[in-house]
Amino acid sequence: MNGLLDSLWRHFDVTVAILLFGIGFTTLLLHTNLIKKIIGLNIMETATFLFLTSQGYIANRAAPILMEGTRAVSGYVNPIPSGLVLTGIVVSVSVTAVMLALTIRLYRRYHTLDIDSMTLMMKGEDE
Amino acid sequence: MNLLTVIVLGALLLCAVATSIAKDLLVSVVIFMAYSLLMSILWILLQSPDLAITEAAVGAGVTGILFFITLKKLHAIKVRNNEEKDR
Amino acid sequence: MKKKIADSLRKRFYWELSPLDEDMIASLSEKPHELTRSSNEALEVLEDVREVRVQRAQEQEQEMYRQIHRWSHASGVKIIRSMYRVLAAVTCLGIVFFLLWTVNTLPPFGEPENPYNNEVFARYVEWGPDETGAVNMVTGMILDYRAFDTFGEASVLFVAACSVLFLLKLHDHKDGKPTKTWLEAEYDDRFHEPKNDQILQFAAKLMVPVVLLFGFYVILNGHITPGGGFSGGAIMGAGLILYLNAYGFKKTERFFTYRTFQWITFGSLLTYAGLKSYSFYTGANHLESFVSPGTPGNILSAGFILPLNLCVGLVVMCTMYVFYTLIRKGGV
Repeated sequence: MNGLLDSLWRHFDVTVAILLFGIGFTTLLLHTNLIKKIIGLNIMETATFLFLTSQGYIANRAAPILMEGTRAVSGYVNPIPSGLVLTGIVVSVSVTAVMLALTIRLYRRYHTLDIDSMTLMMKGEDE
Repeated sequence: MNLLTVIVLGALLLCAVATSIAKDLLVSVVIFMAYSLLMSILWILLQSPDLAITEAAVGAGVTGILFFITLKKLHAIKVRNNEEKDR
Repeated sequence: MKKKIADSLRKRFYWELSPLDEDMIASLSEKPHELTRSSNEALEVLEDVREVRVQRAQEQEQEMYRQIHRWSHASGVKIIRSMYRVLAAVTCLGIVFFLLWTVNTLPPFGEPENPYNNEVFARYVEWGPDETGAVNMVTGMILDYRAFDTFGEASVLFVAACSVLFLLKLHDHKDGKPTKTWLEAEYDDRFHEPKNDQILQFAAKLMVPVVLLFGFYVILNGHITPGGGFSGGAIMGAGLILYLNAYGFKKTERFFTYRTFQWITFGSLLTYAGLKSYSFYTGANHLESFVSPGTPGNILSAGFILPLNLCVGLVVMCTMYVFYTLIRKGGV
């Protein structure tokens, strides 16, 4: 147990990323308001990006932009996870925009933002 | 593991919890923009300046604007009507 | 005509009309308002249609609320709802604890001998500036070594813009006349947007040129400094949104119409595909092409990275702007 807490403190970035993932997931599942669900999904996505980037960090090294003359590998941080996360951030904003458009259409049809009421109304329409 | 990183990570956790708990949707979105800004600072501390610029422009900028205009379309922004009753 | 508009406004908003509203009504009834493309007669028909529609919507809403009331008192619904909440909380806590338990097995944080820092990393850093010509290694990697990933991402943006267009765009002309939904959207927008707000216009006059110029600088210098297509495109998109908010749709339509958006997006994606698919003909290691990397550090170096950054930046800028205007008004 002590070893576990010690390793959690040494990997504090990863611990916070996991806790944020949990908070975002809880927000997504437990709130019934659609906008809160979208915010929860965004928090989960940023937590994943934090985890990925923290795996590429090497201590006491600089950002991957070439300084004058230093071509050695031992001067730079790993740039590969950064590139993956850059794609991820743009996909995250696209998904948010499509979800917001869907929310507006749902609101125009049912005049409520509460997903439980919406499901009951949809059930009632089938009869 | 310096002090600044620990403080920023702690503030990130607080912002995420506050966004979940807030009752008003407008307050929730504003705290989400602050969360995005703290994330942008964290990217710089992890030595990725590309990610910092992109997250600041996209997360705190464009996503926040889209949330605000959606809230306006959903009539979810409560305006205080004290001034109009006096007319 | 004036009395009808005044009555409908009063019924809709339940307040007495201020001199500002009287002024607006007067300008509405005298000549066609220059903010819209429609004439007075078209707006007059709109008032009658709106009354009928409001009545019908209210009746529908009452019926729906009666149904919800009936359903939510069934005991089955309550049991399932509480069971769902308990199960959701248990699942989330279970996942979080499981993940926290496996943090033990991760390699130490920030050590150079981790398994992720392997020979791919070494190759990109040692040979990157010579083979791609870019000083910023992240940009060189995503636009030269892994250019197809970035193409996929630009396609994701394009598909998202198409989806939002499907969901929210209103038809604006049918048989030469403007449709009723379009007129209603313009009427709503005109009523709610700030009319010649002095503070906002003064601030926008100072800030918009600086923001657009800075965004363009970030796009062009993607291979020398941090930045690149995505950040620069998002900054320029935000600048355009500020301009729209300060000056209204009529002034923005002078240089950004729907056709502009179509041609810029389509042309940029096609240019990107054309510039990078020559590797189908020169082989998998597509660096023995006729474009040389140039000297690192110059702005006109790095092969095709500068045109590619420009294409991606234009796509991102148009997409961000179109998201905003579609949500606000239903049309560009």
